[in-house]
Amino acid sequence: MSSPASPSSAPASTVDWFPLFLSLRVAGLATAAVFIFGTAIAYALSHKTFRGKAFVESVITLPLVLPPTVLGYYLLVLLGRDSLPGIIYEKVFGQPLVFTWQAAVVAALIHSGPLYIRAARAVLETVDYRFEWAARSLGASELQTFFRITLPIAWRGLSSLVSLSFARSLGDFGVTMMVAGNIPDRTQTLSVAIYDAVEAGNGALARVLVIAVSGLAILLVWASGSLSSGERVGGVQ
Amino acid sequence: MKLDAKIKKNLPGFQLESTIQADAGSIVLWGASGAGKTLTLNCLAGFSRPDSGRILLGDDLLYDGATGVHVPPQRRRCGYLFQNHALFPHMTVMENLNFAAGVSRQKSRQKIRDLLEVFELQDLAQRKPAQMSGGQQQRAALARALVTEPRLLLLDEPTQGLDARLKSGFFDLLRETRQRTDALILLVTHDLDECFEIGEYICLLDGGKVIQAGFKDAVFAKPASVQVARSLGIYNAVPAEIEFLDPGRNLSRLRMLGTTWNGSYFPGHLLGDKGFATFRETSVKISRDPKDAVLPVLALKPYSRGVRLELEGGLASVISETEARGLRPGASVRVQIEPADIGFLSK
Repeated sequence: MSSPASPSSAPASTVDWFPLFLSLRVAGLATAAVFIFGTAIAYALSHKTFRGKAFVESVITLPLVLPPTVLGYYLLVLLGRDSLPGIIYEKVFGQPLVFTWQAAVVAALIHSGPLYIRAARAVLETVDYRFEWAARSLGASELQTFFRITLPIAWRGLSSLVSLSFARSLGDFGVTMMVAGNIPDRTQTLSVAIYDAVEAGNGALARVLVIAVSGLAILLVWASGSLSSGERVGGVQ
Repeated sequence: MKLDAKIKKNLPGFQLESTIQADAGSIVLWGASGAGKTLTLNCLAGFSRPDSGRILLGDDLLYDGATGVHVPPQRRRCGYLFQNHALFPHMTVMENLNFAAGVSRQKSRQKIRDLLEVFELQDLAQRKPAQMSGGQQQRAALARALVTEPRLLLLDEPTQGLDARLKSGFFDLLRETRQRTDALILLVTHDLDECFEIGEYICLLDGGKVIQAGFKDAVFAKPASVQVARSLGIYNAVPAEIEFLDPGRNLSRLRMLGTTWNGSYFPGHLLGDKGFATFRETSVKISRDPKDAVLPVLALKPYSRGVRLELEGGLASVISETEARGLRPGASVRVQIEPADIGFLSK
């Protein structure tokens, strides 16, 4: 162990990179799920009127305002080994969901989903409805209209959000601690590992991980920015 | 193709109750902004669902409030030309046309080639909308709509914002279109030039209601009400009283603006009837005959074809620039109105 004064003296080989790879895997899966389901929900919110829309909107906003511990508690109750979803999950996959790395995916999803849905809704609302109407009047089905008109026109905006969403998925701490725990080499994600390293007085490890997370975040924010800039097509005139 | 539509829709602060029954090749839906033209169009295309009524296109029922039939836009075969053309921005012209052919299951490559040629789009086929002018986009949008062989072609104010040259280009384009499709063309506009140029059948819409409908000549020759005459904007509607009627010689005399004017016989009206004399602004001519009425000039305004002369008593006349020479506000001018051009509407 090196002294906190000389972090650079820590040889890279002694750093356990497991949390980084786990976080990338967790964030990747969470982002994929957020993109698929989040875009569908955002489309419904931006294009359809249905009963209970206000309720759905509130439920989506809640994770943004509730403390992570409260969210984590709800998830433990909802997905725990005694809950119906938990029992079903255990039957299907042969292991419980809570306190596995898969639970960290759920935590990351809760962390990044609401912001993605809110922003994606705004992006989808800027797609001029006349493009969609034109497609329908030519005979395109709702699905054809979505996949060949709405989605491609909104793509630039959405891909920028996906990049941000990935960055945000990397960063969940509170909910992950509650539902996935802090099991080294099993559920310990980057942010949890940093907390752990600081708690254990391992300043060198903490610094390396902090720099890794910061670098990744900067890269993703830059990617998001460069995806959303440039010539916009198909916005409302 | 026959269109028989009765559309009722209530919106906050606005009630639409439009009726269109036409068997003509082209229908013009004319009205000021806020008259309910675009809403009518959207109901016909299926984007907006009326509260009640019925829409029948040819033999097909597109909407029926009583039985709840509401055919979705995808299956109405209504081509819709939007004001902003709505060409898909991420596709080239060719891809736009191919998209239309694909989703409407019209797999004719030959037809697309023909349309590209007719609308002079061959050189633009690989361009995206952002790289094209407004007029080019309009041609491409029209071609795209025709790929699907629509039965009803809906055009939303297609010449709005176009200059005179592009406007006449569009009229040529539409004539070309009419030769290539059996579709009934329904055009929404508040532009009278367009009305004259394109409409065979005209529906005048005001405040959500059709105030007059009929073949063009009939509508323009005899506005059905003072409201119609006024909303057309090219009519004088001057308070008048019938002083003399002679059906035998097809003569009448009207008292208006303090003098007596000759008209033709007004069937259905009686001596002493009070109402409005209606006549086109272009029917009011400057005269040198000393028997004709003298009216003070209030204003002279440049107009699309000459000068609009505004006279005391709310009378307006459209005269040529030559005739306007030497006229000033405050001067007086002698005018006559062709007797056959005067209509009479009771109060």
